[in-house]
Amino acid sequence: MVDLSKLYSMNRLYYVLLAIGGLAVLGGAYAVFMMEHHGHIISGMNNQIVWGMPHVFAIFLIVAASGVLNVASIGSVFGKAVYKARAPLASLLSIAMLAGGLTVLMLDLGRPDRIIVAATNYNLTSVFAWNVVLYSGMFSLVVVYLWTMMERRMNPFNKAAGLAVFVWRFVLTTGTGLIFAFLTARQAYGSALLPPMFIVLSFAWGLAVFHVVQKVIYAWNEKTLDPAILQRTKNLLGVFIVGSLYMVATYHFTNMYFAQQKGFELFILRDGGIYPNLFWWGYVVFGNVLPLLMIYFPGLGKTKCVMVASMLVVLGAFALLYVFIIGGQAYPLNIFPGYEVSSTFADGQIAGYTPSIYEILLGFGGLAIAFLITTVSVRVLNFMPQDKPYISD
Amino acid sequence: MSDIDTQRRQFLKTSAGAAAIAIAPGMMLYQTVRADTAAASSSVRWGMLIDTAQCKEGCNDCVTACNKENGLSGKTGTTDSQWIRKIEIKDISNGHTVSLPMMCQHCEHPPCVDVCPTQASFKRADGIVLVDRHLCIGCRYCMMACPYKARSFVHETLTDQNPDVPRGKGTVESCSLCVHRIDKGQIPACAEACQNKAILFGDLNDANSEIYKKVRSAATVQIRADLQLNPGVRYQGL
Amino acid sequence: MRLLVSLLLCLCIPAALAAEATAPKLDIGKGGECVKDTQWMRKNHMHMLKHQRNETVRKGVRVEAEAFKACVECHASASDNSVTAREDSFCVGCHRYAAVKIDCFECHASKRKEALAKKETK
Repeated sequence: MVDLSKLYSMNRLYYVLLAIGGLAVLGGAYAVFMMEHHGHIISGMNNQIVWGMPHVFAIFLIVAASGVLNVASIGSVFGKAVYKARAPLASLLSIAMLAGGLTVLMLDLGRPDRIIVAATNYNLTSVFAWNVVLYSGMFSLVVVYLWTMMERRMNPFNKAAGLAVFVWRFVLTTGTGLIFAFLTARQAYGSALLPPMFIVLSFAWGLAVFHVVQKVIYAWNEKTLDPAILQRTKNLLGVFIVGSLYMVATYHFTNMYFAQQKGFELFILRDGGIYPNLFWWGYVVFGNVLPLLMIYFPGLGKTKCVMVASMLVVLGAFALLYVFIIGGQAYPLNIFPGYEVSSTFADGQIAGYTPSIYEILLGFGGLAIAFLITTVSVRVLNFMPQDKPYISD
Repeated sequence: MSDIDTQRRQFLKTSAGAAAIAIAPGMMLYQTVRADTAAASSSVRWGMLIDTAQCKEGCNDCVTACNKENGLSGKTGTTDSQWIRKIEIKDISNGHTVSLPMMCQHCEHPPCVDVCPTQASFKRADGIVLVDRHLCIGCRYCMMACPYKARSFVHETLTDQNPDVPRGKGTVESCSLCVHRIDKGQIPACAEACQNKAILFGDLNDANSEIYKKVRSAATVQIRADLQLNPGVRYQGL
Repeated sequence: MRLLVSLLLCLCIPAALAAEATAPKLDIGKGGECVKDTQWMRKNHMHMLKHQRNETVRKGVRVEAEAFKACVECHASASDNSVTAREDSFCVGCHRYAAVKIDCFECHASKRKEALAKKETK
């Protein structure tokens, strides 16, 4: 006699999850309605801090969406079988997170009703205009890539599709870094280091998200991940965390050398109140050091440790993005080098920012969209990694 | 029968002639009307020269005039638009203070134009940097890019705008060099309002203009000249 | 087939009758013909506006009669000086009937300049 009660309870849990995700999306929709109707005055953003919490969420989702495809690329482009089995799940996560991130970005616009204008008027020197093409192209390419994996007759094209996705996402993440790198006037940005930094960050954040989702899917299906595979992928996460910490450290060290950047760096790293706190505790300790310990410390590094480490990496990502995006705007623009300035427009003053509930609702709405797409797709289609008997290579 | 219908031919000639006479004045009138309203030309480059020695600390005449002319609220909260502002600067090394107005610098190579995804932020042929609010999607990228923090975002619904200066919620705006006044042959409101004659407006390409001569005789600088944006606004006494 | 066609044609009759009955009544303000004739305007004002705005904003060509504020000056209601205040105001009447959202007045003033000037001096 088959015991169906477990099945029923899992079924119910699935619908509960969908309901929670749906509620979060509704919350985001409410926030959008309010901002559309009343204007951005109800948000915490103002003329000094023009990009706020929604952008923190959106940029995390977009960067992680590109990075999670690393798992797929190592499989399709570099031919590692363990990763190849995980490529469909990685591609799904990429689409889901890209959708969530772009939704948040587009709905935070001052005139979201003018998306068509953005899609039809292009300024070829603008990274944002490139991104319209890059992101929509990413969607289509990943769908094609998924198709080459899930449709047996298309399997021969998998390598070509994988290569295309690999190249495209490098260009896309470079574009994300260039959004900030091209802002020459701002002390926080305007650095050629930013595109590579974003690429390495994407590796770490994408793999962290992948670990979390993979663990949940395995638990749902009552399967256990082969410890050898877990070992390998967790070590990779460790490498990426070290790499991203290196990039961020280089960015700050180089900046501190320039006398003109010193004020800004001291603000971010020591004097800025919430920004140094978030940076050192949120990003460095909780987002990097602790996960590294959990991954590499002898005796640790099993499933639970990897799960917690990955979630900490994600939290660290939000902390870093908050410091980078909002801290970077809070420090006053240096219009008159060598002078103390004051005006009615906050010249020379540190700008204050308090995120409003609407921005947080919008951000979580984006996360919920990614969550819903993943949950429904995993239920409906077969994204469970199909591992062949593991032979170490 | 291959007779040419001369009567028909005569009729056609007459009606063609009559039609031409009827339409001609209309077409000529159209030509005249068009010629009066010429497009902005790149032979002109509008600019301003600000003599900071004449600029008094505590004086806000230019700001008040700009607010009145363009329908701004005049409030200085974090979400209020300020197209022009007075900045008091103090040299850190010697304590010397200067007061000056800061507005959109109307750069020759504007970063805001480079980064705008929809070409809403654009430079008109005569050098004025404007926001085409029909195309602006409110992404605020130009606000991030501007080295002078010249741009403001409209955070709330506006009503009873000045018909000469349309502005609305969800779009970005900045000093337009009073383009609606310039096109009528007037000068920007701030330049007109300054009682100390600190703001001089003119055509930087016109050898006969006062600004052309003054820029070549007095020592003037552009703010953040290191960025090589070649702004159309220059400052004297810095 | 013939039955289908005749049924569809029958449906058009009440629609045609209804159109006459519910055609929008407009308060056309001063009215008259500044730019083009009424029927041309009904069909093409949106294309004209889209073309004209580029001419004015991007190229700096300002023809007084073709300016947006000139339209408002003429067509604003004589009673409340607005083109959008009431249901039968010049712009709102037809746009509500055709269910086409007007975007212009997010930025453009919907009242005559003198009405706004009066408000300021009050």
